[in-house]
Amino acid sequence: MAENKKEMPPELKERLRAGFNLDWRKELRKSLPVKERMKIKRQKMPERSPEVRNQDFFEVNKGLEARAAVEEAKRCLDCANPQCVMGCPVGIDIPTFVKMVEIGDFEKSIRKIKETNALPAICGRVCPQETQCEVVCNLKKATGTPVAIGNLERFVADYERDKGEMFIPSLPSSTGKKVAIIGSGPAGLTVAGDLALKGHQCTIYEALHVPGGVLWYGIPEFRLPKNILEAEVDYLGKLGVELKTNFVVGLTATLDDLREEGYDAFFVGTGAGLPNFMRIPGENLIGVYSANEYLTRVNLMRAFAFPEYDTPVYLGKKAVVLGGGNVAMDSVRTAKRLGAVESTIVYRRSRVEMPARIEEVHHAEEEGIVFHFLTTPIRFIGDDKGCVKAMECIQMELGEPDASGRRRPIPIEGSEFIMETDLVVVAIGNSPNPLIPQTTPQLKVGKWGNIEVNWDTMETSMKGVYAGGDIIRGGATVILAMGDARIAANEIDKYLQNHKK
Amino acid sequence: MAKILKRERLVPNIHLIEVEAPEIVRKCRPGQFVIVMPDDKGERIPLTIADWDIQKGSITSIFLVVGTSTHKLANLHAGDEVPVFVGPLGKPSEIEKFGTVLCAGGCFGIAAIYPIARALKEKGNKVITLLDVKANYLLYWEDKLRAVSDHFSISSRDNYYDCKEYIPYSLKNILKKEKNIDRVVSIGCTYLMYTCAEATRLHEIKTMVSLNPIMVDGTGMCGACRVTVGGKTKFACVDGPDFDGHLVDWDELFMRRKSYFDDEIQSMCYWERKNFP
Ligand SMILES: Cc1cc2nc3c(=O)[nH]c(=O)nc-3n(C[C@H](O)[C@H](O)[C@H](O)COP(=O)(O)OP(=O)(O)OC[C@H]3O[C@@H](n4cnc5c(N)ncnc54)[C@H](O)[C@@H]3O)c2cc1C
Ligand SMILES: Cc1cc2nc3c(=O)[nH]c(=O)nc-3n(C[C@H](O)[C@H](O)[C@H](O)COP(=O)(O)OP(=O)(O)OC[C@H]3O[C@@H](n4cnc5c(N)ncnc54)[C@H](O)[C@@H]3O)c2cc1C
Ligand code: SF4
Ligand code: FES
Repeated sequence: MAENKKEMPPELKERLRAGFNLDWRKELRKSLPVKERMKIKRQKMPERSPEVRNQDFFEVNKGLEARAAVEEAKRCLDCANPQCVMGCPVGIDIPTFVKMVEIGDFEKSIRKIKETNALPAICGRVCPQETQCEVVCNLKKATGTPVAIGNLERFVADYERDKGEMFIPSLPSSTGKKVAIIGSGPAGLTVAGDLALKGHQCTIYEALHVPGGVLWYGIPEFRLPKNILEAEVDYLGKLGVELKTNFVVGLTATLDDLREEGYDAFFVGTGAGLPNFMRIPGENLIGVYSANEYLTRVNLMRAFAFPEYDTPVYLGKKAVVLGGGNVAMDSVRTAKRLGAVESTIVYRRSRVEMPARIEEVHHAEEEGIVFHFLTTPIRFIGDDKGCVKAMECIQMELGEPDASGRRRPIPIEGSEFIMETDLVVVAIGNSPNPLIPQTTPQLKVGKWGNIEVNWDTMETSMKGVYAGGDIIRGGATVILAMGDARIAANEIDKYLQNHKK
Repeated sequence: MAKILKRERLVPNIHLIEVEAPEIVRKCRPGQFVIVMPDDKGERIPLTIADWDIQKGSITSIFLVVGTSTHKLANLHAGDEVPVFVGPLGKPSEIEKFGTVLCAGGCFGIAAIYPIARALKEKGNKVITLLDVKANYLLYWEDKLRAVSDHFSISSRDNYYDCKEYIPYSLKNILKKEKNIDRVVSIGCTYLMYTCAEATRLHEIKTMVSLNPIMVDGTGMCGACRVTVGGKTKFACVDGPDFDGHLVDWDELFMRRKSYFDDEIQSMCYWERKNFP
């Protein structure tokens, strides 16, 4: 499902060049020699202490102070060939925004980012920079520690929001074209923002009662405070985007029904909402959750404030989370915050294969999360009331690498053992949401239920219907969803210009 | 936000709610349900669509007052709004020309089975309706159901009606007399559906039940509603809610429905204390 690696497109090269050659940039480069820049230490992200934060749902990272941000920006070498930009799925002009931070012009800096990324406060918090822009940063090659690009992105985005004045670009006059966007996750929000700026009338349809997709119901408050998401959605409202929640496309109306209502183009960003289970005995015992259900109860339905909010959630004393990705980390840290005495990750491979962000693993460890590697459950055991009380596990060893390039775990015969638990969260991945494909038979889907697209245009097998994000990739990342969305928005705009009703 | 057009008590503890939902009306079919959230702090709960009015663009559901959410709903009035009223969810019931179909409903299922009986009748089936009530003053919608039935009887535990027993016994008696029943549809509380399915098992008459596991999103995203049918895990909100009652793992369903027993009592007490100190 991965797309091909691309050369730096000439358009991008030119865009970067233009910034690089500006006089103030030349001056700035000269003002501090590279050797001096390389001596500056990476500024630490201030965090709330682990013993305090693992009792509540407030944000872990506090954000850089302005002074630290400027200091951090000085570390960037303003390279002639900025590798960081190639690592960014949406091609943010990183050196330009960072250098704007260095000179203290935070306002211009955030506008620079927003030219290519509509949701910087979110990306600054949840993007895996350590495997994208920061991993290829030239400073990392030189000194071992890259520029903290993500922390700087977050800093300028927060600066703008805290000031309370969101910059609203001037809108072109309406083109009279209508676009229906299905799903309000990062993919849908990005398409809506981009197309609104081009003068098209956008309506987002969302099945749940609040917009945001995984950003709302999946990623917890302590990593992504909901007021940040709300601010981003408000901003779309100011651009004239209409939002229809409580509307399940496929059931409340099909894609064809919407077409009859006069929509000219469609974007499907319905995500990977279908939870995978282990398919082992006892999985339907009480107290065994999918991560989606567990996190939805807590984040969307506010079960952490039960009984003020009506939705309950199981509070385990000995919580076990199966999996090693971000979803698993979020679940295990949530269980800890809800009072688990012991909150454990059980992962079938070893530490290095864990797909979760390093920062999340690190934070989890600080918060007292226990890790059991090379272990997988083979059945769940219940008590007489049908509640889970233990699971039988088996130990694994690593064999040859599989299709994903990670070494395949193989069970060690005779190594079975019993682990006590009263709350299990299964976080072993999600599959693409089947509702739209099921109710739109003309839409071509791939082997995993993912909607098939032309990767250059994001167009599906249906004319005028585009798709992006987790629905085409399976569980991926926020920024990849946004990258798809950006391409789709451009193509939809082109399509609409040639399209007659 | 969806506007309440009407909320009335039909019989003790069972209420009707009519909600403005023009989009749902256009699409809904018998056997589907909606998810309702009574207020901003409420839970998302499923209710079967019991009737709809195309002219008014409204959906009607009938609910039994059991816990916090249904108490909250019972306290709403015409003109109030609910933050979530989404649907139509789930697969519609199979409506075909089967021949003779027996519809067995009890409690809120009397209403839930009504659109199914009506559609089956319209398709040309012979419809035998059998309702269950604990006592005569708990019967509602009798006229509506009579109007779509070829045979109509009521099972109760008082001396008002012909069948003075719990519904599966009446069902068995009917099966003895009527040899050509092609299908049974049963909706109501879990126990009612379970016993009806058991009553028809030996006769090998296909018996469809509308399962009612705990749900959250109702769109297949969370898996809260998983039930085991024919040895396979299904999500009731998207694969159902109708399943073959002879294949359902009833023990598991009974068990899972009790997942939050203590929490529900706590929630109810909290709500009562707050509103009726
Ligand atoms: C717990 C968790 C933690 C994560 N952490 C990170 C992280 O740290 N960094 C990172 O980059 N990524 C992370 N991810 C992954 C990331 O959130 C997703 O890749 C991203 O949200 C995908 O965006 P999307 O717009 O494609 O879909 P989604 O965010 O899934 O949004 C899809 C939306 O469409 C709606 N929808 C679905 N079907 C319909 C329909 N038929 N009609 C109307 N609406 C519909 C859904 O309700 C949902 O709101 C995490 C995911 C989870 C679950
Ligand atoms: C597809 C479907 C259709 C239904 N149709 C109707 C209907 O037409 N009329 C009607 O009266 N009832 C119906 N129900 C049952 C109804 O949803 C529950 O009675 C209601 O949720 C109880 O909520 P409460 O807060 O009042 O009670 P609570 O005190 O919270 O719970 C009482 C019992 O209801 C069940 N329940 C609790 N929360 C949920 C939930 N989120 N989803 C499902 N069940 C839950 C539990 O088994 C619990 O023991 C239906 C259920 C399903 C799944
Ligand atoms: S690669 Fe690193 S040092 Fe070079 S421009 Fe990008 S962020 Fe700055
Ligand atoms: S209610 Fe969530 S999947 Fe069915």
